[in-house]
Amino acid sequence: MYGEVLGGLAHGLRRLGGAVTGGISKLGYASRFLFAVLWHSPQAFRRIQLTLREIYFAGVLSLVIILMSGMFVGMVLSLQGYETLKRYGADEQLGILVALALVRELGPVIAGLLFASRAGSAITAEIGLMKTTEQLAAMEMMAVDPLARVIAPRFWGGIISLPLLAALFSAFGIFGGYIVGVRLIGIDSGAFWGQMQAGVDFWPDVTNGIIKSVVFAVAVSLIAVFEGYDSKPTAEGVSTATTRTVVISSLAILALDFVMTVFMFRGAGT
Amino acid sequence: MNRSAIDLWVGIFVAIGLGAIVFLALKVGNLVTIGNEPGYRLEARFDNIGGLKLRAPVKAAGVVVGRVESIKLDAKSYEAVVTVRVDRGYEFTKDTIASINTSGLLGEVYISLDAGGDTAMLRDGERIAKTQSAVVMEKLISQFLFDKASDAGGNKK
Repeated sequence: MYGEVLGGLAHGLRRLGGAVTGGISKLGYASRFLFAVLWHSPQAFRRIQLTLREIYFAGVLSLVIILMSGMFVGMVLSLQGYETLKRYGADEQLGILVALALVRELGPVIAGLLFASRAGSAITAEIGLMKTTEQLAAMEMMAVDPLARVIAPRFWGGIISLPLLAALFSAFGIFGGYIVGVRLIGIDSGAFWGQMQAGVDFWPDVTNGIIKSVVFAVAVSLIAVFEGYDSKPTAEGVSTATTRTVVISSLAILALDFVMTVFMFRGAGT
Repeated sequence: MNRSAIDLWVGIFVAIGLGAIVFLALKVGNLVTIGNEPGYRLEARFDNIGGLKLRAPVKAAGVVVGRVESIKLDAKSYEAVVTVRVDRGYEFTKDTIASINTSGLLGEVYISLDAGGDTAMLRDGERIAKTQSAVVMEKLISQFLFDKASDAGGNKK
């Protein structure tokens, strides 16, 4: 009787221990992987064309979804914000509301989430499939380091693309907010821009948004290339890795956003 | 897709991305006024700063000429020591009065500088001697009620 209970308990504890050590060893593997990628980056930059190609696939081809989403988010923000601000007679503050929300939070976060689903998943699937079809092993056989030839360009392509996409998202969001707020609702254009300029500062608002997007870019790119590189070389393994990329990147973006917001805007006067 | 087309698209992408950052900086963030920094610092002591916050605007005749940089308490005199950074290009006379005002009932709190007639100008790090503390609304209301009450009491006698 007691033996069974103890046995069940030991089994549960063993599984918990296994999960924890497995998680820690994967984290260690991922950080070693990051250093290996950084170590091989100069080699990758010598063939800059590879990185440019990845910027094209990750950045340029994400432009349409990012710009459209930015416009719509800005327009909705403007509509909803107006409805609420109107009750307090503060509808001229709409410019600040839209710009601050986009520049500080929504720009980096939504652009990051979209980027993880649009480009991160593609990177993971591509690398995972390369591994499954033994292209990575073949490169090693030919003395071509896949870290420098395949991984590093995708990693840097993501890091360069996402901050630019986030800035474009914010800019188009503000433009969308302007269209709805000024053209549709009829807020004074001067008040819209003037209040925005008085309420938003380059430092710390815009710069913190850029810092956030750079951090998200590093996180999403690392997760995407790592999950691809670490995937099981089967069809199922690639699909699991792709799903994991989207799930882990999204969680990482939201969690990192909270942590950074706590440090950046705590106690700020505005 | 061939190489030059990729180069072109990446070039366009990076250019409009940087353009968006410049747009955020200039049109949204109004970096131009920040560009005048560093100006010079002035110090002012107040009995009560009310709701004054860091980075609150400093205005002269309603025009923003600087920002509040630090707020500290002098442990000996129990006065609030406010350091403001005034943009370069604006100078104020030695007998300038610094007062803490609120724009509207619920608006932002700011420091107003009213220049006097002195010919000497305040230099970097100097102190604004004449200050006027914030008007605390609760005190004002309680004082008003107190006066009313004492008036009413006086009439009865």
